[in-house]
Amino acid sequence: MNFQAPIGSSLPRDRAKRLLAGRGQYVDDIQLPRMLHLAFVRSPYPHARVKSIETIDAVAMPGVARVVKGADLVGVVSSWRGTHNLFPGLKAPEQHVLAGDTARWQGEAVAAVAARSRAEAEDAAEQIVVDWEELPFVGDAEVALENGATFVHDSLGSNQAFAAEVKQGNTELAFQDAHLVIERRFRFNRHTGVSLESRGLIADYDPSADRLTVYQSHQTPHQQQDLYARLLDIPEQNVRVICPDVGGAFGLKHHLYPDELAACAISKLLERPVKYIADRFESFLSDIHCRDHTVTARMAFTQEGDIVGMQVDDLFHAGAYSQYPRSSIAEGNQIIRLCGIPYRHEHYRAAVRMAYLNKSLLGHIRSVGHPIACAVTEQLVDLGAKQLSLDPVAMRRRAYLRDEDFPTTSPGGIALEHLSFHGCLDRALERIDVDAFRREQAQLREQGIYRGIGFATFVDLTSIGPEYYGEGGQHISAQETCLLRLEASGGIRCYTGATDQGQGIDSGIQQVVAGVIGVPVQDVKVNSGDSELCPVGGGSWGSRGAALAGEAALRAGQELRRNILNIAGVLLQKVPELLDIRDGAVVDATSGAKQLALAEVAQIGHFRPYMVPDNTPSDLTVTGRYASRDRMFLPANGLHVAILDVDTDTGLIVFQRYLVVHDCGRLLNPLLVEEQIRGGVVQGIGGALYEEFIYDDDGYLCNGTLADYLVPMAAEMPDIEVEHLETPTATSELGAKGAGEAGTTGAMGAVLNAVNDALTPFDVTLSEVPLTPPRILRALGKI
Amino acid sequence: MKAPDFAYLRPNTLEEAVAALGRFGDDARILAGGQTLMALQNFRMASAEILFDINWIPGLSDIHEEPDCLVIGSLVRYAGLEASSLIERDAPLLSEAVGHIAHPAVRNRGTIGGSLALGDPAAEMPACMLALNAEMVLCDANGERRVPADEFFLGLYETTLRPDEILTAVRIPKARPSQCYAFDEVARRRGDFALAGLAIAGKAEGSALHSVRLAYFGVADRPVLAVSAMAMLEGQSLTAELIDRVREAAIGELDPPDDPATPAAYRRHLGGVLVARLLGQLRERLL
Repeated sequence: MNFQAPIGSSLPRDRAKRLLAGRGQYVDDIQLPRMLHLAFVRSPYPHARVKSIETIDAVAMPGVARVVKGADLVGVVSSWRGTHNLFPGLKAPEQHVLAGDTARWQGEAVAAVAARSRAEAEDAAEQIVVDWEELPFVGDAEVALENGATFVHDSLGSNQAFAAEVKQGNTELAFQDAHLVIERRFRFNRHTGVSLESRGLIADYDPSADRLTVYQSHQTPHQQQDLYARLLDIPEQNVRVICPDVGGAFGLKHHLYPDELAACAISKLLERPVKYIADRFESFLSDIHCRDHTVTARMAFTQEGDIVGMQVDDLFHAGAYSQYPRSSIAEGNQIIRLCGIPYRHEHYRAAVRMAYLNKSLLGHIRSVGHPIACAVTEQLVDLGAKQLSLDPVAMRRRAYLRDEDFPTTSPGGIALEHLSFHGCLDRALERIDVDAFRREQAQLREQGIYRGIGFATFVDLTSIGPEYYGEGGQHISAQETCLLRLEASGGIRCYTGATDQGQGIDSGIQQVVAGVIGVPVQDVKVNSGDSELCPVGGGSWGSRGAALAGEAALRAGQELRRNILNIAGVLLQKVPELLDIRDGAVVDATSGAKQLALAEVAQIGHFRPYMVPDNTPSDLTVTGRYASRDRMFLPANGLHVAILDVDTDTGLIVFQRYLVVHDCGRLLNPLLVEEQIRGGVVQGIGGALYEEFIYDDDGYLCNGTLADYLVPMAAEMPDIEVEHLETPTATSELGAKGAGEAGTTGAMGAVLNAVNDALTPFDVTLSEVPLTPPRILRALGKI
Repeated sequence: MKAPDFAYLRPNTLEEAVAALGRFGDDARILAGGQTLMALQNFRMASAEILFDINWIPGLSDIHEEPDCLVIGSLVRYAGLEASSLIERDAPLLSEAVGHIAHPAVRNRGTIGGSLALGDPAAEMPACMLALNAEMVLCDANGERRVPADEFFLGLYETTLRPDEILTAVRIPKARPSQCYAFDEVARRRGDFALAGLAIAGKAEGSALHSVRLAYFGVADRPVLAVSAMAMLEGQSLTAELIDRVREAAIGELDPPDDPATPAAYRRHLGGVLVARLLGQLRERLL
């Protein structure tokens, strides 16, 4: 089909003007009559028995409606287990909204206060006296799996949650015969995704109708509707989840959190609206964290620089429980499937182990597992090149999968359609003269300035298909639906199952609908984030909105267009094929002469439908559906290049340039893709340089505020250049792949390689992120 | 987190203020720019029962000059220091330092007096006062007293300021043409509290240095002078070899605290890097 404007146009986000005008409406802006506010009492210990909870003083505090302990919610809300049927060996313990007799992480909630205001709820929470008995804790995955380790869950009889291995060929033999084997041990420390708007919700249970309405800062309203209905035993058709404006999500808002479900249960118990907004302390203690992996990896090379094979061992943990409903397995599973993926090699073995320990839960944050697989692979390639005295660019050129290799299935088991590794590298080299850089680098070194360049090639598993969670037994719909309604005045309402958290997918959908039908973009209004009004969809996560919800929008647009032209054909006594819709009017397809305004067609369809023969499809409310088949993912690819200086006195890093060449298939809106990539790079740089949770020897989190947990800030960020290649996927008509995580995926690897390149004269290699100044100076032997 | 309930008092004159403070003492906290205090209240790490807002007291927001010194009112905002031509002319070290403080939004509200009264060891203003030999002017119901910076900072968030006193002004000796100064700090991100910082002020006669004060911040429980390193500079001209010895001496006398994110060895090392870099700058300027 003809992908006409505004598809592919760089238009500003539809929501941006409203938000910039201060007219956004986030959950905390919503006030309901008789609404109560929640504050939680959380475990100050990583592992402790709850001997008793004394609430007498708290109950008597001003404004308190109810103090709630776990036992009060028995029969109101069910427990759950974070299993995944695709990984039957995964052992997942039962989890409750409030801890019962044992708290298993610092920050786990054991009691809640519902009061007139949050301040009063906090005043009362301070009066609750918990008699804690500290228990030995497990704070490290390695320790957790040792013999004799304290069990996080006695019922599991082990701290090992999961182990798996993927294999192709024979790495043992291949490594014996290889010319060169590089081995490194990598540490990826623990961080999170810090959304500007913290988690929060209002749960409003109406007992007269057995109806629950939840306003929530979330990515997946339909998933939440299903969970609330089942766990609170309310008929699903009576549950409505509304996601108003959402101030960033990054994956941390597509989980079920015990405190949020507790708010729903307490609303059901008290029959009043209940608001809970996580404050920043609670965010750091209870939001999903990510990474915290130790990876030992080996790569084998021929003398010429071909990659023979790769061996990977990943050890990580889930925290205290397996996250629900998706489980905590994905980060490790992605790593063992993605290492080495851009490169030709035949022999591959990758193993993962996941432990439980006494820290808050690990789950899915932007680019799950990908940055780790990318950094591991790309550092080994750089080290191999160095040992073989090859240029890192030439090495990649030689070892990349070639155009003629596609389609193929990677040694990790990922089906690859067609990826543009060589095209991305070519484009990068048009922008960056590497030879000139090397000359400059040599001159600067003489002045004591250590500048480095780092390349990171990545594959992003975008647009997760229905098979992954469908077969996993979770209700996380990947069936996408788009509903369009032509109003009598000629405007179009659109309802999508995708959700907008600031990335602008609303605008992408709007452009698809406008482009497919042939109307100006402002004639389409997109509505999203409402499980009752919007048709079924999986929300926005895993870089899926444009590719999946976009295709559903395309199909709906095609049907509405057909029906409009059918009605117009009847009115004009012409065959619809001779008509077209351009700029919001029905025109003669050949001459372009205007025949009818869309409003004239719509008025017939709405108010004088008897003018159209019964057998002519003429519905002006249509749905388009899309679910991908026979594939788990839709891989996209790209290349990051970082150029930076390392101050070898202070250990600080200053960026000089940052380039991303990216291929996400058809671009719906280049401006928004670029914004997504830039934001992703910044988040990736956060993990590479700044963001790290630090725990002391007693298992306590030491940096749970924005003063000491460092997020990347604008002043330190490079001007991020973005280049696009467009290799549309053949699996859909739209041809779009996902873009939301691509910026994060490659940043860690590119920065790591650039720092190590800068420090070449010192003969050191750093393989632990974030690359903090003390780590750099220690490697240099200066402290 | 939401702050617990507190009372709010807003005196209109200094006399009213010191009289009331005398009554409330420890229960009251003075609210100036609020950039630290309000966050601590909201975190429930501070729980003052009375916030005592001095922002409406006239006369505390001015900078004026006396023959030998500048008098900076304690309510002068950082943004006011940045914009002041008097400060630029007579206390250029402050002009250089103030841009390192946090971000413009904080500098629009935060006050010099608030920073000094709080005594955060990683803050810029206390170290500058130490480098410049400033005097703090403290008022209570009985009148005022002046305390030199050397005696004002006692420890972590601890100063000689009594609960019944208000810091009303600082007096900074005017910079003479012979003054030499330098300032820098190391932070992971622009606007963060310094991992280590150094304010230098002294006199240069020809190329010979006199009375140079090296005031470090972020490396101890209060701003500290590197006295043995300072002594090595007295009457000397800067050479690469001298700078190296001063660096060694400064590293030797710094004893920073260890914290999980920033080992003591790193802060100490930065102390050496900073003094070497800043003395290197001074040497170039004096050539």
